[in-house]
Amino acid sequence: MDTNTLSRRKFLKSTGLTGAALFLGCYFPASAREAKILNAAQPETTEIELNAWILIDTSGKVTLLSHRAEMGQGVYQSLPQIIAEELEVNLNEVNIIFAKGDNKKYGNQVTGGSSSVRGSYKNLLKLGATAREMLIEAAAKKWNVANEECYAEAGHVIHKPSGKKFHYGELVVDASKLEAPKNIKLKARSEYKIIGKPLHRQDTPLKTNGTAIFGLDKRVPNMLYAAVERNPRLRGVVKSFDDSAALKIPGVKKVFKVRMGVFSTYREGVAVVADNTWAAIQGKKALKIEWDDSGFEHLSTDEIYKRQQEDLKTKEGLSFRKVGDPDSIIQQAAKKIDVVYQTPYQSHSCMEPLNCVAHWQGDKLEIWGPIQAPDWVQDYISKEMNLPRENVIVNLTFLGGGFGRKAFMDYPHEASVISKEIGAPVQVVWTREDDATQGPYRPGISYRCEGVVANGEISAFKVRMAGQNNGHWMGGKKDIANRSATEGFLKPYFDSMKNISVADVPFETPIPTMWWRSVYASTNGFAYESFMDELAIAAGKDPLELRREYLKDERLHRQIDKLEEVSGWKNRKKNEGFGVAITECFGTPVGQVVKVSKQKDGKIKIDKVWAVVDCGWYVNPDTIKAQVEGSIVMALGAATIHEITFKDGMTEQRNFYNYRMPRINDIPPIEVHIMENDADAGGVGEPGLPAFAPALTNAVYDLTGKRIRKLPFSLATV
Amino acid sequence: MISLNINQKTYQVDVSPDMPLLWVIRDIVGLTGTKYGCGVAQCGACVVHMNGEAARSCVTKVSRAEGQAIVTIEGLSQNNDHPLQTAWNEISVPQCGYCHSGQLMSAAVLLRENPNPTDDDIDAAMAGNICRCGTYPRIRQAIHLAAEMQRKGIKNKN
Repeated sequence: MDTNTLSRRKFLKSTGLTGAALFLGCYFPASAREAKILNAAQPETTEIELNAWILIDTSGKVTLLSHRAEMGQGVYQSLPQIIAEELEVNLNEVNIIFAKGDNKKYGNQVTGGSSSVRGSYKNLLKLGATAREMLIEAAAKKWNVANEECYAEAGHVIHKPSGKKFHYGELVVDASKLEAPKNIKLKARSEYKIIGKPLHRQDTPLKTNGTAIFGLDKRVPNMLYAAVERNPRLRGVVKSFDDSAALKIPGVKKVFKVRMGVFSTYREGVAVVADNTWAAIQGKKALKIEWDDSGFEHLSTDEIYKRQQEDLKTKEGLSFRKVGDPDSIIQQAAKKIDVVYQTPYQSHSCMEPLNCVAHWQGDKLEIWGPIQAPDWVQDYISKEMNLPRENVIVNLTFLGGGFGRKAFMDYPHEASVISKEIGAPVQVVWTREDDATQGPYRPGISYRCEGVVANGEISAFKVRMAGQNNGHWMGGKKDIANRSATEGFLKPYFDSMKNISVADVPFETPIPTMWWRSVYASTNGFAYESFMDELAIAAGKDPLELRREYLKDERLHRQIDKLEEVSGWKNRKKNEGFGVAITECFGTPVGQVVKVSKQKDGKIKIDKVWAVVDCGWYVNPDTIKAQVEGSIVMALGAATIHEITFKDGMTEQRNFYNYRMPRINDIPPIEVHIMENDADAGGVGEPGLPAFAPALTNAVYDLTGKRIRKLPFSLATV
Repeated sequence: MISLNINQKTYQVDVSPDMPLLWVIRDIVGLTGTKYGCGVAQCGACVVHMNGEAARSCVTKVSRAEGQAIVTIEGLSQNNDHPLQTAWNEISVPQCGYCHSGQLMSAAVLLRENPNPTDDDIDAAMAGNICRCGTYPRIRQAIHLAAEMQRKGIKNKN
């Protein structure tokens, strides 16, 4: 997994392969929209940097270089599945390795935005098909027959009339001398043998016997361990510290102040380096530190929401989109709905706490870790540590969860600073408490939703959000609206509503925020789709029917029909609570219906969740179902169990005892359906999340008449 | 020196007697399949077997493990073919996979004690193991499948 650089020679060397291999890569000329497939063995290709690659060696084994990380979403499975299809090999013949960070070579490598498959599948199909055609041509030449008389199957080229066959391994040397053909015809979806099948994940065996190497499992020779006590107020500096008790702990070697970047700002802490993790953690606990956090507000959660909601009374914010004139309709209406929805700050809480190994070697730095954005890490650290980019080597391990948190550069930066200070390789381990208290978090957001219903129609719809903007945190422009306010919201609403406006009221605090699985859709979805339910009720309409009426789109209508059918929406009984919500996230609309009932003790029970996903072209239906199930579980936790709160500028939750997670006994039956169509692929890892919370609270309303406008809420005390 | 028996091998370790077994296994012995998740017995990522019972190694002092038979995920089976491992593969349970060493070790005790668990039995036995990816529906399904395989004496479904 640690292997690769871009030159063919180095790649071969690092994989232990001999030079005899067929090696193809994608090349993106600056002017072209589509990738060119090039044969790396051709002399003119040596200076060209290739993006995705496959390599077939003389044993017929296929190696695929992935420029996206495996964090649970299944690229370890889905990318080889794409290659195997057009290449005509068995899935177990395709090996995947993960690219090191380098955006000059691979383009954007951020594993985020549910983009791993949708961003690469067309090129991977082309790569596989090109290699196949070259192998066929090589075989045909050997037999001295026409290419058309030959076909490929299960890692062999077969001469149809005679039944003669070559194993791919026997052909790679000859094939590598050919030019990559252009205009390859790809298979139709109906011809697929591997894509579209619910094949087992190839990484499961590694994850059932302890052999998968996550960041925390990375070991390098002579590596030390470090733990860091960071300013609990998320910003500010170390005034002084007393390390006398820490240094007495057996195994503790060194204690010193560290400063790490948090995007454009810095955070300080005190690092304890030891010869094992436990000693480092004990040393950290024994530190006495005086912090200086003057200049930063010591906010509490209540103050944050109070301010947001004050702002929403007076400020119009940055308009994302406005159609018609909702303001004057709202002003003139005798009756309007004017409500505030509120969503909490949340921690990503990956099961693998943050960690990173760094090895400073004077003129170069090597990093290993669970990293979602290796290219960002390379860029950021080369600047911060004053090293040329190419001397910062970023290696990926498996990620024990990511959800957005591991696209932050603070923890690799911190490990780099510590390794430089001690002149040795070091693994920095964040405790669960560090992970929970330091952020960055999903921002807490308030939404003011105003609407007017007249004659059964939505005559005005106005939503403004106030919450910290991740884009602003990350250095984006603060005076124009970014996508924050509309993520999750289905675009056809803008076409069907005559008076609609959506805006973002900028709001800042010193609390660091970051993408959290499905990003703004995870909170916008709740506000928009709950509000839509309120409007449907006000209009006297069936909530699912209202969506059908306002989402004038054939593809969405098929999805709504499916959702209606599988959930038994039409046949629901009076005493049953049914709620529906439809959201869009990273190119994939997902509709969900939740059914709830009241237990004898008065608690609400979630009886069932139905999800219908329309992600267009897809690879593995079982992976999609797994991602949607997992998204719903994560949404259930965020809607009904946990939240991050602040008091005196510090996070109140520290570990899973007060940032409680959903557990197996909290989980209702979940049924996932996938729409079949040939549209371009949409995202899969995140889109299943946003619709759950509103579908649930809409179901609670349907059952009890109580409208939940603030998350999280307790199912036990509705 | 403390003498440990892990996966039927003996290790002599020179560590403080109050170091948690988790860190001894990971940093000193060098078996990294057992995971750190919370350090306070809340998440179950660190579950190992101590004399056949599920133990949270993050809060088990190494001195308490001396002379006991410890089994980690690396020792659950010889060839990754415990019925639970087979079922986990069959159903593609793990996503990120980080918590699954602990999930499997907890489930193995359940399955030994209760060869035919109901959903409620599974909930009771597995509620101590957190999975942030939300693989719970599949964990349940795979435990049922493993129980079935165990009853029918099927070692490996394939």
